[in-house]
Amino acid sequence: MSPAPNLLVVRDVCKQFPGVKALDGVELQVRKGEVHALLGENGAGKSTLLKILSGALRADRGEATLDGVMLEPSETPRERQRLGLVTIYQEFNLLPFMSIAENLYLGREPERRGFVDWAAMHDNARALLASLGLNVDPRREVRHLSVAHQQMIEIGRAVAQKAKLIVMDEPTAALGHREVEILHTVIKELKARDVSFIYVTHRLDEVKMVCDSFTVLRDGRYVARDEVSNVEPRDLVRLMVGRDVEFSKRVRTAPLGETVLGVKGVSRARESSGRHAIALKDLSIEVKAGEILGFAGLVGAGRTELARIIFGADHCDRGVLYVDGNELRPLRSPKEAIRAGIALVPEDRKQQGCFLEQSISQNMTLPSLKRIARWGIFVNETKERQLVEKYRTALRIKMANSGVAVGTLSGGNQQKVLLARCMALQPKVLIVDEPTRGIDIGAKAEVHQLLCEMAQSGIALIVISSEMPEVLALSDRIVVFREGCISGLLDARDATENNLMALMAISTAAGLKRSAAP
Amino acid sequence: MTEHTLPERGTAGRRFDAVGWLRRYGTSLFLLALIVFFGLENPRFLSLRNVTNILTEVSIYGIIAVGMTFVILTAGVDLAVGSLLAFAGMSGAMVMKTLGADLASGWLVALATAIAVGTLVGYLQGKAVTFFSVPPFIVTLGGMTIWRGATLILNDGSPISGFDASYRWWGTGSIAGVPVPIFIFGMIAAAGVVTERYTRYGRYIYAVGGNPEAARLNGLDVPRIITSVYLVVGALSGLAGFLLSARLGAAEAVGGIGYELRVIASVVIGGTSLAGGRGGIGGTIVGALLIGVLTNGLVIMHVSSYWQQVVIGLIIVAAVAFDSYAKSRR
Repeated sequence: MSPAPNLLVVRDVCKQFPGVKALDGVELQVRKGEVHALLGENGAGKSTLLKILSGALRADRGEATLDGVMLEPSETPRERQRLGLVTIYQEFNLLPFMSIAENLYLGREPERRGFVDWAAMHDNARALLASLGLNVDPRREVRHLSVAHQQMIEIGRAVAQKAKLIVMDEPTAALGHREVEILHTVIKELKARDVSFIYVTHRLDEVKMVCDSFTVLRDGRYVARDEVSNVEPRDLVRLMVGRDVEFSKRVRTAPLGETVLGVKGVSRARESSGRHAIALKDLSIEVKAGEILGFAGLVGAGRTELARIIFGADHCDRGVLYVDGNELRPLRSPKEAIRAGIALVPEDRKQQGCFLEQSISQNMTLPSLKRIARWGIFVNETKERQLVEKYRTALRIKMANSGVAVGTLSGGNQQKVLLARCMALQPKVLIVDEPTRGIDIGAKAEVHQLLCEMAQSGIALIVISSEMPEVLALSDRIVVFREGCISGLLDARDATENNLMALMAISTAAGLKRSAAP
Repeated sequence: MTEHTLPERGTAGRRFDAVGWLRRYGTSLFLLALIVFFGLENPRFLSLRNVTNILTEVSIYGIIAVGMTFVILTAGVDLAVGSLLAFAGMSGAMVMKTLGADLASGWLVALATAIAVGTLVGYLQGKAVTFFSVPPFIVTLGGMTIWRGATLILNDGSPISGFDASYRWWGTGSIAGVPVPIFIFGMIAAAGVVTERYTRYGRYIYAVGGNPEAARLNGLDVPRIITSVYLVVGALSGLAGFLLSARLGAAEAVGGIGYELRVIASVVIGGTSLAGGRGGIGGTIVGALLIGVLTNGLVIMHVSSYWQQVVIGLIIVAAVAFDSYAKSRR
């Protein structure tokens, strides 16, 4: 491959959010006519970087050139598009009730004497669609199209804008196998016309299939850039989840108790939409009192999906749940799960966990109010204060006073408030999804310490994490997920990053160990 | 990753924040300024009789505004309250007349019917919002014309009047010198504040409005809580309908026209966010008083009722604009 000149060069980009450094000295180079994969786990900084490139966010520092032209930080997304940098997000920016042609040429309609030249617009649209191998009537309304076709329209719009660089954020997350192939064909076709792509994905098989080179980010920092042909999927996984930081390994002193939570044969067909809509196949696990069961696997492999089913937040087609040996139907709501003694700290603190404008004590006691209410109606403020004080001390939460809005706390302290909320429920089973995402290293160690103390007190814990050292340091046993299946169950004493990665990344059924019962 | 923790923002040692202060107390200050202004313009404004008049007027829609605050705190809205007020008031009067006008406690029948009708209609609208996922704006916009039409159908468009003294007492009588509607408004407002601040239900309303997904993951029955706020505002509309008919001496099919706007304006001027999760009944009461004082003051100053509408509209927009500005400044 002859080295084509660079189209996009990004240098030393930094971005600080309250409480966390999202990007720290990130670099990125994309050559002309190549598909460049941008890889990294959740929270690695991919989305922040994409937003900075598209003009939706401003970097604190750093510079970028596109085709030799310096990108000014003050540019709006519209101006970036005019320069030839078009971003296609997971949620499409299409107008569903307008025709394909209108969407393709929105804001740039061909005109004749000040009026829209419909004939020209439809002819141009037809030619453009044909060049993408798409045979649809440009007068059809976009809402009638499949997700894959809508995506094609987005790409078509980028082409109509004479895009030099098309940035695609997880373009295949909502596509079926066949549709992915069509997308890849179109990408290759455009590549031949010297259009470049930045391709964000969690599916490593795709990197091999369609990408030429890649950049890996981790914890907001640049990790590596290389040609795809030089590496194996396993290497990519190592680059994405490997850590320089070592967490101290948990030493369990108390013996394990009885099995508290059992999950048998949870299966689900793929749903048509939604973030957690992947198919799950025959998932079974058991967790004992005092045990920490780690869930490892890439995003979308089934770890969060199973947790949400256990907690009643999502539904499954088949499967049985046991709590303390009692069989339960799969739970229909988080309310039932909480009643059964299961608590969850969700993966997305801001969207699913916190009430940012409300006070620390309101956040902390919400699900426990039933227990501290007089006659089930009036909140007993004395008891509430005692509860807040108890868990503030136990979890070492730093705060001015408990009336402060949770949104003003650092990420680490917000996470502690959520943990305190679950602890106040005195659960038998506690599921913590990404316990330390987006919080600082010092706070991470503290959260680990707290999780260990909780296990010590006899709670059965499930810890889900994208960070392998975290899973390895905390867990007694580790369940590895891959593409909706359990690909392995390891004793943490025998587990290493290498054998975890092997189970996360293997691409055939070889070595699949279905049963996860101990 | 670098070691880095932002200091938590405390309250100590912060310099005076004029915009934040205005955001908090601006509406009350404006209300005070209006009272002083109208009082100086015309001494009659502050006469006991006029003040009682203003407060009685405010009480009728203020009662509904207490319930509307809950609805708006869940990020909803109810446009049907004015029509429902008329429908419930008319239903109460009709049931009473049908059972016999010489009933000893006819008012009780009318009151119970009005509240029951309001509650039922509120429940149905709440169910339509939660069960069928119709946006509250649409459900209650439909309700607004449905219940107005139903009121006209009930008695062929004519009013029902000829209530006895015990019925009229609820609108025109007084308890220890306080007119009954004001007394009831005071009780409802107090109950609303207690609910909002000191009950589980109040906390749940804020939680559902602030972050519905997090509320669900905390084991709250979100649809049920949302349905309940429409039920509450429906019941209060029924109560207001009864009180208005007692005050006017007639249940009219055109009663309460435009109340929905006055009620929503009270809540919004009072600082409750239409996005849900932020605000409260204290602000709503100030907002309701502000509208009452302004309407009455402008009448006393002989400003035409056409101009009153313009002024009230401007104040609604200004209040929300200032709130957005103060928020964006953070």
